[in-house]
Amino acid sequence: MTPPPHIRLTHRASIVRSGARVAVLLLGAAACALAQADPAEVSIACRCVEGGVNGSEARWLKQYVVPGYVAAARAQGREVTVKLREFAGSAEQMSQQLALDFATGQGADVAEFDGFQIPGFVDADLLKPLDEVAGPEANTWEGWSHIPNSAQALVRFRGKRYGVPEQTDVRMIFYRRDRFRAAGLDADHWQPHSWDDILAAARKLKALDPRGYPLQVNAGVAMGEATTMQGWLMLLAGTGEELRDGQGRWIVRSPGMLAALDFYKTVYIDEKLGEARTQRLVSGRNRSFTDFQRGRSAILVESNWFYYTAIDPQGDFPIADRDDIVGWAKMPARTPGSAVRGQDFVSVSGGNSFVLNPHSRHPREAWSLLAFMNSAPALRSYQEYNEHLCVRDDVLPPHSQFLRDSGRELLPLTTIRPIDADYEKVSAEIQRMTESVIAGKLSPRAAMAEYAAAVKQIVGADHVVALDLAQGEGS
Amino acid sequence: MSSLRGANVSSRTGAAFMTPAALLIGLFVVFPFFWIIAVSFSNRSLLGANALHPQFVGLKNYLDLFDPATFWSQGGFGPSLWLTIQFVVLSALCGQVLLGLVLAWISRELSPRAKSLLQGIVMLAWILPDVVVGFAWFAYLDRDAGTLNQLLHGLHIPAADFLIEHPFLTICVFNAWRGAAFSMMLFDAALQSIPPSYLETADVVGASSWQKLRDIVLPLIRGHIVTDLILITMWTFNVFTPFLLTAGGPSFETDILPIYTYRIAFKSFEFGKGAAIGVIVMLINLAFSLVYLRLAQRGLRAGRKT
Repeated sequence: MTPPPHIRLTHRASIVRSGARVAVLLLGAAACALAQADPAEVSIACRCVEGGVNGSEARWLKQYVVPGYVAAARAQGREVTVKLREFAGSAEQMSQQLALDFATGQGADVAEFDGFQIPGFVDADLLKPLDEVAGPEANTWEGWSHIPNSAQALVRFRGKRYGVPEQTDVRMIFYRRDRFRAAGLDADHWQPHSWDDILAAARKLKALDPRGYPLQVNAGVAMGEATTMQGWLMLLAGTGEELRDGQGRWIVRSPGMLAALDFYKTVYIDEKLGEARTQRLVSGRNRSFTDFQRGRSAILVESNWFYYTAIDPQGDFPIADRDDIVGWAKMPARTPGSAVRGQDFVSVSGGNSFVLNPHSRHPREAWSLLAFMNSAPALRSYQEYNEHLCVRDDVLPPHSQFLRDSGRELLPLTTIRPIDADYEKVSAEIQRMTESVIAGKLSPRAAMAEYAAAVKQIVGADHVVALDLAQGEGS
Repeated sequence: MSSLRGANVSSRTGAAFMTPAALLIGLFVVFPFFWIIAVSFSNRSLLGANALHPQFVGLKNYLDLFDPATFWSQGGFGPSLWLTIQFVVLSALCGQVLLGLVLAWISRELSPRAKSLLQGIVMLAWILPDVVVGFAWFAYLDRDAGTLNQLLHGLHIPAADFLIEHPFLTICVFNAWRGAAFSMMLFDAALQSIPPSYLETADVVGASSWQKLRDIVLPLIRGHIVTDLILITMWTFNVFTPFLLTAGGPSFETDILPIYTYRIAFKSFEFGKGAAIGVIVMLINLAFSLVYLRLAQRGLRAGRKT
């Protein structure tokens, strides 16, 4: 048994590289005496590819950010070149890549980053606070006064900022008005007030086409983090529970969890309102988009990203008359008032941010690039490429009524994932637990028992709590 | 005396020639080997606090793997281990080895042109890159637009969802198809080492094909069979290509140990636990090899007695 090749390679590579660095330094010292230094090269890594995933982000970076920043730097008398590293894989693969890059002193200077992974990276010394990498001007940046604290929480860990949050999202129910009209449901202003309302609508749609699968609420392993955020946390918040209790202990057995798992069982096993196959396929997420796009499903719980990027008339899963056909509704609590903070409706938010590589060879340029990208003019330009919910309070979605409405209605209700180094592993266990239920392999109670054992192994027996299933509080 | 001196000089020269290779092997094979064993006793990881200060945790990784509370859970170590053993028996021993032997035996009786055609086709499955083969099979087996289902449709057989309904059987067939070429070539070479007169004599006394295989060929190529078994078993224990078809799913039904290890070591970045699985797989392979060698020796002794 040998370790995977890249570990051995990087070991050797780092020796070679440090040798090369010495040579470069010597050469550089000699060259400096003769001429001006070469232009600093900084790079940006994004999960975006022109013509592919998040294509409009790639176009914005190439057409606005890169030339704009180079010109701005030149105006200040600095020669800088910027390289864009486009990454076409999944979000999960992107963070794997960044972890391996940062651990070996490689990688782009500025990298797109999903904020929930900050604790794991920070504890492993793979990320450093912005002011430690870039100096004190990272704290006095004008942008911070325009980013609300709730959004800064996405990049904050133990009181330090590790990145600049750019956009946030909210989660809701999307429904197809054409299918609703055909089933005799309220096609214009549908708003369920309980899980039963969702199931009732799905049953009517199912009666219309008994072989169809009208409802998808994400579950299972293949969906990855989309299971945890679009599925599990949306349901759990509707029962008034969270992943951890007030003392930070992970809840491994509770009435709310059981209710959520029963909901999955009703949808995917008992009544086949949703297609478990889609949830279990390797490419299931894309399939759930295609199904909705083609009207094979009519109710989908997704992030607002789905609306303005995936099914955008210019998106990867275009619906030409999207604005007429696709409606959205707030995700209801299990029963009115049963959600967290006594709410009737819930949402879950994550956020995209950009971080600085702690090994950046040009940290000052990297920071000034990051600040340039997140300046109000740059983000207003981004809105023209791809309208989204920007965290800056001075950059509103310029055209989309959908984004303005959903942001206004859902941001006050929303919840975020725990900023905790163990979260990612627990999230993987949530995906396993739901998979067992929708595959019909385990009963909700048995799946919950497996989850309890697995989470106990991850965080330790002292950091879990099991609630009494009948009452709600107990040991 | 002079020959002894000559031997000394040449062995010293030989050692000098060996040194670069030995250093490379030491650095990239022997050191990582012991490093993996050392890591398996620590809680080293890439993310989280253990990345900075990995600690010696003794047998904890091993005990966690065999913890009765989680051992048999969905996606746990137990089901993965059991699945892998089934995978090795079905796809490697019954699939590749047997198929390879049959192909080699059949091709012996074909005309040279038909033989090279058959072997060429089988070899093709072996030499194509993993990723190409993975995507080809994925497209071939798809329920809605796959080639296989369209062929079945033409025969009025209802479409089947191979990767969801029969994922394990699918990767077994896949792996047998993929690796049969190696066994076929090895057995083909072994068969050619059998003096033709043995088989011709058998033909004269009217032995059937099966009798010739059982009484002449198998005893003579026993050593080749053991070599083949050891190699194929080890490769199949470590094969990762089924990931391209199923990613270990659905619901962990194809979660063989290499995929399980990948999940632990490179998705959760728990290097310590991942290394522990690696060590266990190595021990299992060692046990298999010992059993094969023991069987071969017993067979040899039995052969000498008769």
